[in-house]
Amino acid sequence: MSAVGTLLAELFAEPGSGWIAAGLLLPVGAALLVALLGWVARSANLRDGATVVVGVASAATVLRLWGPVSSGERPRWLLWSFAPGGHLEFVVEPLGLVFATVASVLWVVTSVYAFGYMRGHHEEHQTRFFCCFAIAIGAAIGVAFAGNLLTLFLFYELLTFSTFPLVTHHQTTAARRAGRVYFGILLSTSVGLFLLAIVWTWWLTGTTDFRPGGILAGTSPGVLVALLLLYGYGIGKAALMPAHLWLPAAMVAPTPVSALLHAVAVVKAGVFSVLKVVTMIFGVDTLRGAMDRVAWGDVLIWIGCFTVLSASIVALRQDNLKRRLAYSTIGQLAYIVLGAAVASQIAAQGAALHIVTHAVGKITLFFCAGAIYVGAHKTEISTMRGIGWRMPFTMGAFFVGSLSIIGLPPLAGAWSKWGLILGASQAGEWLVVATLAASSLLSVGYLLPVVLQAFAPRQGGAAGGEDAGVQEAPLLCVVPLCLTALLCVVLFFWPTPFTDLLSGFAGGPP
Amino acid sequence: MSLLEALLVQRGLWVYWAIITLMMIGLYGVIARDHLVKKVMGLNVFQSSAILLYVAIGKVRGGTAAILLEGEENVLYSNPLPHVLMLTAIVVGIATTALALALTVRIQEAYGTLEEDELARLRVREDEEEAALDPHPFDPPGEPEDVEYPEVKVGGGAGGAGV
Amino acid sequence: MAAESVGQGLQQVALSTAFDVHFPALEVVLPLVAAPLCFLFRSRAFARILSAAVAWLTFGVALVLLQKVLAEGTVRYPLGGWAAPYGIEYRVTVAGAWVILVVSLVAALTLLFDSRGSASRLAPERRYLYYSAFLLCLAGLLGMAITGDLFNIFVFLEISSLSSYALIALGRDRRALMASYSYLIMGTIGGGFFMIGVGLLYQMTGTLNVEDMAQRLPAVLDTRTVLVGFAFLLVGLSIKLAVFPLHQWLPNAYTFAPPRVSAFLAGTATKVSYYVMAEVVFVLFGAHFVFTEIGLGAVLMPLSVAAMFVGSLAAIYQADLRRLLAYSSIGQLGYMTLGLSLANVEGLTSGLVHVFNHGVTKSGLFLVVACVGYRTGRTTVRSMAGLGTRMPATSLAFVIGGMSLIGVPGTAGFVSKWELIRGALAAERLWLAAVVLVSSLLAVVYVWRVVEMIYFGRPEGLESLGRDGEPVREAPFSMLLPTLILVAATVVFGLWSDPTLSVARSAAVELLGGAGG
Repeated sequence: MSAVGTLLAELFAEPGSGWIAAGLLLPVGAALLVALLGWVARSANLRDGATVVVGVASAATVLRLWGPVSSGERPRWLLWSFAPGGHLEFVVEPLGLVFATVASVLWVVTSVYAFGYMRGHHEEHQTRFFCCFAIAIGAAIGVAFAGNLLTLFLFYELLTFSTFPLVTHHQTTAARRAGRVYFGILLSTSVGLFLLAIVWTWWLTGTTDFRPGGILAGTSPGVLVALLLLYGYGIGKAALMPAHLWLPAAMVAPTPVSALLHAVAVVKAGVFSVLKVVTMIFGVDTLRGAMDRVAWGDVLIWIGCFTVLSASIVALRQDNLKRRLAYSTIGQLAYIVLGAAVASQIAAQGAALHIVTHAVGKITLFFCAGAIYVGAHKTEISTMRGIGWRMPFTMGAFFVGSLSIIGLPPLAGAWSKWGLILGASQAGEWLVVATLAASSLLSVGYLLPVVLQAFAPRQGGAAGGEDAGVQEAPLLCVVPLCLTALLCVVLFFWPTPFTDLLSGFAGGPP
Repeated sequence: MSLLEALLVQRGLWVYWAIITLMMIGLYGVIARDHLVKKVMGLNVFQSSAILLYVAIGKVRGGTAAILLEGEENVLYSNPLPHVLMLTAIVVGIATTALALALTVRIQEAYGTLEEDELARLRVREDEEEAALDPHPFDPPGEPEDVEYPEVKVGGGAGGAGV
Repeated sequence: MAAESVGQGLQQVALSTAFDVHFPALEVVLPLVAAPLCFLFRSRAFARILSAAVAWLTFGVALVLLQKVLAEGTVRYPLGGWAAPYGIEYRVTVAGAWVILVVSLVAALTLLFDSRGSASRLAPERRYLYYSAFLLCLAGLLGMAITGDLFNIFVFLEISSLSSYALIALGRDRRALMASYSYLIMGTIGGGFFMIGVGLLYQMTGTLNVEDMAQRLPAVLDTRTVLVGFAFLLVGLSIKLAVFPLHQWLPNAYTFAPPRVSAFLAGTATKVSYYVMAEVVFVLFGAHFVFTEIGLGAVLMPLSVAAMFVGSLAAIYQADLRRLLAYSSIGQLGYMTLGLSLANVEGLTSGLVHVFNHGVTKSGLFLVVACVGYRTGRTTVRSMAGLGTRMPATSLAFVIGGMSLIGVPGTAGFVSKWELIRGALAAERLWLAAVVLVSSLLAVVYVWRVVEMIYFGRPEGLESLGRDGEPVREAPFSMLLPTLILVAATVVFGLWSDPTLSVARSAAVELLGGAGG
């Protein structure tokens, strides 16, 4: 009893810590509630209702933290230590708050979409699905709020473990094989490289805390660049080639999983970690200095550029829509890694903003892919000729999402790409600028044909034929995807909350 | 210093050489003999050598038994402690031997032989029979074929490396 | 928390009667007296209850002792009132109290486990013999950690070994007999080596008391006799500790023993030998002599690394679950000896905290396998197929225990691994940290094989039926409870590692501060 008492006392001892706890524990509570209602009460409606209610509450809790954080506070919540040098500690800073907001808000939207998808699809094991989903979101928020590397690592691994049942949801041979790839790559990179990098950092500095301006100042440049490479590949969720293979493999999952986890929570946890490590472990100035002094200092940039270009080219050749989107995601994730690797404040801000804008854009596209499957039972792009006329909302949203990913105004993606290019050119990294430009062209090449195909005039004008059964997906699917498409537009005209919050986040101590 | 010299020059050390010889004989028996009872005998020889080592340690040349006699102070006596310790060690040795022999009886009953190579063959066969009950321990049995969307070929992602 | 308050309660009771001075002796005497009682009453029910009660009592006493040691320093108890260098002294150090805590906890929980069915060879009316042997084994293991007299350690070592040979031979499969026999041969040679080593050291110092000998040894350290004695001690202990390549006896012994015996021995036997080895190395000879002068690290470190890889690699290819876990134990023991070979506080702390973490994890996993064996009638990896839906709690327990073997953060295994990596870094060996991490990837493979079988396998035909031809369902509560307690402990002490780590650290500091250090 006394343990609970001290815990509660600790919780509310500092302002904001209670909110952090609530933001973390609400998804866990949702998981328990879902399990209880799904397995014990056996009521699907109650269960799904509970998911939404708790989801909204959790999003509200995270949003509640915007006030204190934007006024310069850094709410923290310190729990006990779970390993020497690793206290279970949470600190809310702008970058983490942005990521947590994206994850928790989109969770609500995706939940609604998932009800439509899973029910429209008569999927089995829905309770397990929503249960793991909630835990995964909790883990993502834990990653976002982690106050030191070890806490981040703990939740990073929890994210891997909780998403494994989601990826292998169908429990078929293909799912199992995909699960092996997913798990094998994510776990071997994180245990073999990420943990090693953490240990090395801890050895060099005696701490694993995230601090504005970084903790590695004064380390020799060669070591810094080696560490950067270890982090870049150790955080396998950032999907740098060739550690990207898990992402296409994970596409065997039901589409809501691909949408939220493999366009938002999991992959963004990866690039978020990279960005956070660069800004708050290395410090952009320290890293910049090191990169300039070492001959192969730009190695992560080269890898990032290679990943962007090759992923985009591979995406061009994919006929399966989800796979094409997966490769597009790999390329877009590399944007963010590049933004971090350029090691300038503006690029880092652009990268942080790209977490938001790409999340909104890509989730729209995945929602559409799922809706096409539910409504038209089509997965291959070559068979989608003319479906746009029968699914105008879905394909309209797909068009909006595509433009946002390409980075055209008046859509949200324009801002973040602008920030990235600006940062790269100011840092004199012309390779990055050229890559970003080329990649925009390539993304036009792999996204717009889908739209063109969908709105192509139907052959022979036959009303019957193979698209007789094609119709708009259930309302629960269509509304969320229109909503996220709308968000793409809104964020172009009103990006200030994010840009204000993120301004100067990559700088030194205030 | 040759072995002979060691034996001749360092008088008194010969007992340790004897003990080591005995120990090696015991260990050789344990390792080289195929019959399980003979292995136990080797083990006994090995244990005896250890016991003799202790006895030799306690012995003081010219010493008597450690009994306090009236009126005789400053008697030279052998150290009784190692000898006492060996009472325990002997008990341990007997228990070990008894247990080992009981085991050999059970093995004889179960397998009908006490020859080690024979037993090894029988055990290999047993392991193989057990393995035959569980083929393909790496692949879970009875998975359904893929009927579900989405058809994603895993590993095809290697296409990325081909670029 | 609860355990502490229970400990405090017990301590108060004890203080009120001023009886707690006798606790070190009581810890050993309790099971030692209960063992013949079980034999005399010849009742299975009586033996069961008595042994469980005794095991829980020893656990309580161990808790009190640990608290007392932490508060007041080493607890000494002259047995029979004979003062230290002459009589046998029971000397409870922090490390010793820590080890007896683990041993008694694992014993208490495995005895709580209701091993139904006829898991052992004994006829039901003679099952009391099983409990007799079990209690003797417990007494031996506890005695090894408590006593401060080298020859007494040998005696307790033999008590525990002899009773464990008997216990292993009780396994239902006839291969248990051969497993027990080869363990007996190896174990006796190991015990014999230990005894010879003690004799040689006694010859040079004239004492058997560990502390007394530690004071007298430096004067004669450069003699060949002491060196040979040290070698004998070390090799003897390495056999009992299953240091690679002396591990051959272990897999078969754990595979064919009765289920609870596997769980108990896997969690305790090697751990106690680990403690004795640490005592010999750090207290008796001192780290300076062992690591600087004769450079044991250069031998023990490669062997530990080899054990980590060989054990884990072998585990990957096992069809039998218990053999898989046994090989995994060899790998995990490699982590522990690696910690010892680093000879710094962090390394030794990781080894000692792994005594607890791995003991709890591995016992829990062996109990999981016992549950599976009870319901399905087999203990192969394949018998786990599809258990995810039919034995959900048992399956989840395996997954969590497996994660702890891998060292996933949030489980107990991570805590020890992290501390071990810290030790490697403190010894300025970054490559060793990398090796430890890479080796834990092998654990991923052997654990994940089973996890895939649990959740992706679908048993066909006869495989879907359990041992009695009935459909397989969740294990009974009396089996599940201790299993889940052990598995839950891996998560609790994985997230909340302050108590385990702080005790292990003070134990390590105490050991390293020993004579000659």
